Amino acid sequence: MDVLSLARFQYAATTIFHFFFVPLSIGLVLIISIMETMYVVKKNALYKEMAQFWGKLFLINFAIGVVTGILQEFQFGMNWSQYSRFMGDVFGAPLAIEALLAFFLESTFIGLWVFGWDRLSKGAHLTCIWLVTAGTSLSALWILTANSFMQHPVGFAIQHGRAVMTNFGALLANPQLWVEFPHTIFGSFATGAFVVAGISAIVLLKKKNIEFYKKSFKIGIIVGLISGILLAFCGHFQAQYLVQTQPMKMAASEGLWKDSGSPAAWTVIASINTTKHQNSGEIQIPYLLDYLSYGKFSGNVKGIDTLQKEYVAKYGKGNYIPPVKTTFWSFRIMAVMGGILCILGIVGAILLWRNKLVESKWFLRLMVAAIAVPYIGSTTGWLMTEIGRQPWTVFGYMQTAASVSPNVSAGELLFSIISFIAMYTILGAVMVYLFARVVKQGPALDNKETLQSDDPFDGEAYHVVTE
Amino acid sequence: MSLNELWFLLIAVLFIGFFFLEGYDFGVGMATRFVARNDLERRVLINTIGPFWDANEVWLITAGGAMFAAFPNWYATLFSGFYVPLVVMLLLLIARGTAFEFRAKVAHPKWGETWDWAIFIPSLLVPFLWGVVFSSLVYGLPIDSKMNMHGVFSSFVNPYTVLGGLLITLLCLYHGLVYLCLRTTDELRDRARALATKIFWLLAAAAIAFVVVTFFVTDLFARRGAWLYPIYVLDVLALVLSVLFLGKKHDGWAFGMNAGVILLTVSSLFIGLFPRVMISSIKSAYDLTVYNSASGPYSLGVMTIVAVTLLPFVLGYSIWSYTVFKKRVSKKEHLEY
Repeated sequence: MDVLSLARFQYAATTIFHFFFVPLSIGLVLIISIMETMYVVKKNALYKEMAQFWGKLFLINFAIGVVTGILQEFQFGMNWSQYSRFMGDVFGAPLAIEALLAFFLESTFIGLWVFGWDRLSKGAHLTCIWLVTAGTSLSALWILTANSFMQHPVGFAIQHGRAVMTNFGALLANPQLWVEFPHTIFGSFATGAFVVAGISAIVLLKKKNIEFYKKSFKIGIIVGLISGILLAFCGHFQAQYLVQTQPMKMAASEGLWKDSGSPAAWTVIASINTTKHQNSGEIQIPYLLDYLSYGKFSGNVKGIDTLQKEYVAKYGKGNYIPPVKTTFWSFRIMAVMGGILCILGIVGAILLWRNKLVESKWFLRLMVAAIAVPYIGSTTGWLMTEIGRQPWTVFGYMQTAASVSPNVSAGELLFSIISFIAMYTILGAVMVYLFARVVKQGPALDNKETLQSDDPFDGEAYHVVTE
Repeated sequence: MSLNELWFLLIAVLFIGFFFLEGYDFGVGMATRFVARNDLERRVLINTIGPFWDANEVWLITAGGAMFAAFPNWYATLFSGFYVPLVVMLLLLIARGTAFEFRAKVAHPKWGETWDWAIFIPSLLVPFLWGVVFSSLVYGLPIDSKMNMHGVFSSFVNPYTVLGGLLITLLCLYHGLVYLCLRTTDELRDRARALATKIFWLLAAAAIAFVVVTFFVTDLFARRGAWLYPIYVLDVLALVLSVLFLGKKHDGWAFGMNAGVILLTVSSLFIGLFPRVMISSIKSAYDLTVYNSASGPYSLGVMTIVAVTLLPFVLGYSIWSYTVFKKRVSKKEHLEY
C-alpha cells in the first residue's frame, strides 16, 4: 500500500469513528438542557433525575468524542502536511476559532455542570448546560466553516503558490456552510433524540420506571420529529446547491453518465458499470431529479461524461470522476434513513398523543432498532460528501494526491493505523458496555416522595414510583 | 511588534498556559501512584482536577489550532516531522482522557485498577514527550529546503532531549504535588508536601543540568544570552522560594512561585528560538521563522481581532470555575470520578 491510500484510509476510519460520537453529543446535550429547563420551570424532581441519568450517557460519549477529536486536529499536520501548508492560511483560522470559542466553553461548563449540582444555584447550573449546548453547536459551525471551504472555496486568493485569505466574511457567508450546517446540526439533534427515544423504548418494553422513560421518550420524539422534518428540508436545499457548485458530485450521486435532458427522471436504484460508463436495471421516477436539483419540473442535469470533458478543459488532463458507486449508494441510504426518521417521528408523536405508546410494543421495538438509523444516515451522508468531492481536497484547487505528507513513510502510517484502530475498537466496546450498564442500573430515583407529577394530564403520574 | 511576532507570543502564551494548567493535572496523575495508597485516596486526587482537566487540555488543542492558522508551515513541519512521537502521545492522551470518565463507572477492582494505570502512565509519559519535543526544537532538527523534516530516531531521542523530557516530567510532578497541597486535607496533604520536598532536589538537579547542557549544545545563549541569564537566575530563585514557602506551609505562595518557574522555563525556550520556530540542523537557511512559516497579514489580522475579543471571556469564566471549586477535596464528600 502506498502512503496516499494509507493516509486516506486512516483519515476515513478515524473520522467516521469520531463522527459516531459528535452528533450524539450535540443532540443529547440539547435534550438534557431541555430536561433541566423543565426541572427548573416545573420544579418536578423527576426532570432532574432525567437530566442526571441522560447526563451520564452524555459524559461517556462526550469523553470519547473529545479525545478522538484531538487526533482529528493533529492529523492535518501529521498526514496532510502539504495540504496544511497550501491551505493553512484560510483553513486554520476556523479551527483555531473553534478551539477558542467552542472547546473552552464546552469543556469549562461541562466541568461546572458535572461537579456543580450542589455548589451552584439552579439558574446558574441550568445556564451551564445551555452554554455546553451552545459550545457543541458552535463547534459544529466552525468545523463546517472549514469543511465548506473545501467543498466550495471562497474568500481567498492564490499567492506565491498558496491560498491566502482575503475575505473572512465570505468564509462565514459561504452558502455551502448555510446548507451544510443546518443539515448537520438537525441530523445531530435527531441522533440525540433517537438515542433517547430508543433507549427509553428498551426500558418501556420491560415496563420499568414507566413515567421516567415515557417523559424521556416524549422529549426525545418531539425533538426527533422536529429535527427530522427540518433535516429533510435542509437536505433538499443542499442538493439544489450541490448542482450549482459541485455538479460532478451530484452527477455521481445520481449515477448519471450522460446529460439527463429535460425533464429529468430520478433513478431509485440501478446497477452501475463504472468501466462502461452505463447503468442497467434502472428504476426511475419521472421529473423527480429536476425537482431535487432545481425545485421545479424541468431542466437538464449534466452527466459525468460531459463534466469530465469540461474539467479536463478547465483543470488539465486527469480523471475527475469520484467513486460513482459509493457516492450513488451512500446518497440513497442516507435519504432512506432520513425518511425513516421522519416517519417514525410522526408515528411516535401520534401514539404519544393518543396515550397508546406503552402498549404499542411493535413500535417500541422499532424504535430500539431505529437507534442505528441516524448513525447510518450521518455516516453515509459524510461518505457521499467527502468521497463525492474526490479527487479534490479543495474543490478545483488542490487534489488529494498532492495534499499528503511527503516525509511520512508507509511504515509509520501502518503503525499509526494499527494502533488507532486497536485503541478505537477498545473504546467502542467499552462505550457500548458502559451504555448498557448505565441503562441497566437505571435512574437513581432516590428522592421518591418528590416524584409526583404536576402534569394534570399525565394519568401515569401516581402509580409508577412504587417499585 | 508585527503580527507575526504577536502570534509567536500568543502561541508561547498558549503553551505556557498548557504547561501551567495541564502541568498539575499530569502531576496529580503521577501522584496517584506516589501519594495515594488506596482507591479512595486515588479518587480524592483525581477529583481535585475533575472539573478542570478537560478545559486545561483545550490549551493544547488551541495551541495546535493557532499554530495551524498563524504558522501553517510550522504546524505542517512539526506535526509531520514528529509523526511517531505524536502518535504515541495521542494514544496516551486518548487513554487518559477516557480513563477519568470511565474509572468510577464500574465498581470492580480490576476495572478501576486498569483505568488507574491508563491515568498514571500517560500522566508520566506525555510531559516527558513534550519535554523531548521542545528540547529537540531548540537543539535543531533535519529540515530540508522544502521545510520537510526527515527525522530518525536519534533526531528526537538523544541525551539532551531525554534530559529535557526528564526536566518537564519532574516539573509537572512537583507542580502537581504543590497543587495537591492546596486542594487536599490531612494526611494526603502532608504526604504530598513531603514528597514535593524530595522531588525538589531532583528537579533542581535536572534544571541545572539542563541549563548547563543547553549552554553547550545549543546556540541559545550565544544569541539570546542577554535575555536568558536573568531569566534563569529568576527561575532558580523562584524554584528555591517555592520550596521554602512549601516548608512554611504557605502553599498558595509555593504554587505561585512554581507557576513562575514554568512561565520562565517555557519562555526561555521560546525566547531562545525567536525569530526561528524550528531550527534546521542541515543549514541555517532552512530554518523556519515567524516570517517564512506564517500566514498572510490579513489572516493574522482577523485572528488577532478574534483572539483579543474572546480571550477575556475565556479567562473570565475559567477563573470563575476555579472560584466555584475552591474548596478542598476530602474523603468525606461526594466524589464524582
